[in-house]
Amino acid sequence: MIPASIGSAIIEPGFFSSAPVQVALVVGAVAAVVSGVVGVFTVARGQSFAGHSLADVGTAGGSAAFLLGISPLFGFVAMNLIAAGVMELIGIRRRRGRDIATGVVLGAALGLAALFLYFDTTSTSTTGATINVLFGSIFTLPSSMVPVIVALSALAIAITLFLYRPLILSSLSPDLAAARGIPLRFVGVGFLAALALAVSLSAITIGAILSTALLIGPAATALRLTKRTGFAVAAAAVIGVGATWLGVVLAYDSYYWTPSHRGWPVSFFVVTVVFVLYLVVNLVATRRASGRRTSAPEAR
Amino acid sequence: MADTAQSSSSEILAVANVSVSLSGREILRDVSFRCDAGEFIGLIGSNGAGKTTLFRVIMGLIAPTSGTIRVAGKARSRRNPLIGYVPQKIGLDPDMPIRARDLVGLGIDGHRFGMPRPTAKRNALIDAMLDAVDATSFANARVGNLSGGEQQRIMIAHALISRPSLLLLDEPLANLDIRSEQEVVSLVARVAKVQHVAVLFAAHGMNPLLPVMDRVVYIAGGRVASGNTEDVVTTESLSRLYGRHIDVIRVHDRVLVVAGREDEGLHHAELAAPPGSA
Repeated sequence: MIPASIGSAIIEPGFFSSAPVQVALVVGAVAAVVSGVVGVFTVARGQSFAGHSLADVGTAGGSAAFLLGISPLFGFVAMNLIAAGVMELIGIRRRRGRDIATGVVLGAALGLAALFLYFDTTSTSTTGATINVLFGSIFTLPSSMVPVIVALSALAIAITLFLYRPLILSSLSPDLAAARGIPLRFVGVGFLAALALAVSLSAITIGAILSTALLIGPAATALRLTKRTGFAVAAAAVIGVGATWLGVVLAYDSYYWTPSHRGWPVSFFVVTVVFVLYLVVNLVATRRASGRRTSAPEAR
Repeated sequence: MADTAQSSSSEILAVANVSVSLSGREILRDVSFRCDAGEFIGLIGSNGAGKTTLFRVIMGLIAPTSGTIRVAGKARSRRNPLIGYVPQKIGLDPDMPIRARDLVGLGIDGHRFGMPRPTAKRNALIDAMLDAVDATSFANARVGNLSGGEQQRIMIAHALISRPSLLLLDEPLANLDIRSEQEVVSLVARVAKVQHVAVLFAAHGMNPLLPVMDRVVYIAGGRVASGNTEDVVTTESLSRLYGRHIDVIRVHDRVLVVAGREDEGLHHAELAAPPGSA
């Protein structure tokens, strides 16, 4: 009784029967799982900047796709994979060269994005394309895209799980991994491809420039919660899905918040939930750690 | 086929006339030494002497410009399961969510693709290895949060769990305090004896290794002098190696290696240096 009434207070009538909401819940969940799985390794490898840059780079692809009249997802995926390849070619393997390579590719792609977005807005005389590309389009995705999104997600997860052990070793110590006969370049390129896919999927969900939030936030939160790789991956996926669904619910609700009935963007809610959760977990984990440190001498 | 090398069956590593040039610079010149099964060898030399390059050649990560390397009678190859390796400056990232025991487990199968499949046998192997390096008490801690000495022990366990015949340790004593230094040295010596694994232990100075070292490979300027400590670590032998005058002084059971003055040639010809030049 009580849960039901609370439920109906949070979830507005017609939420689950709405077709755009159904698509949004499925796509959001799938994208969040991929971001969580890939995100843990992105953070652990110190490639957050590469992840964020791929997302920004994707705007060029997304806006080009709009010009061509195809789904922005294809633009994101194509552009991100190309950018990942170029980054690898110009030296992302070396830690020192990595940021430079990433920065150079980022700058070039943003120039293209500026051009394409200009064409998008001048040819259609709306700002819809820009908003969609930069801030996501989860409520306007056609349900025909769902199988494609699920397939790309499965591919990204499969790559990450296939590379699992070599990825851990090469993240911890490239020297050790090389000595164990692990093909560092193959592992690096494979992971970059998974990262490109993950970023593309979260770009259509919460937007290109916000997709890092879904990639890094849940993963960073999970890293504070557990010291086991498998648990961290699972926790990041669960946190991501939870945050995305809560964001979808709140965005749907927000339509009724103001008399003018203007719903707020999903991406704002998702990112806010992710950020608040990270702050809370970080605070608790830090407190717990300092508590353990002060009580340690007594325990011995 | 392996029987042809049977005559030297106790020989684990044979380095013969190996030279290595990297981007035009000669790093190793005509290096030769051998290492028998279960031997503890100190690879002594300063930064940039070529220790890490030598390790990389032995592991098959760099090809020598000339010379041969044989591990247990076979030509060197990449991913040689006979070699265990602990890289220098470990400094494992605290962000990486992995427990110490999981990293030891990756010593068994970390080079394989896919996720690890824990079995009772695998877990028992990990427990035994952790116990052998006295790491049971911090086995469940996040490996990046461990101290330098503790990480060192976990990495040694990672290297030894696959039962190699040769263990390469690259400067494991760097950044350790004197007590941890002694702990790591005696631990390596103890585990190596139990597992009957030969050890090539790279270090700056030889004193921490003197109690356990069977032989020394002294490396300077890409060249080596190898043999028993008494033969290699002498004024004559090290002066020849360095190409300048080196004084070797023995104090109690310790050895001091002191460089002579820059202008002090090998043949002591110009001992009377002009005043004020030093």
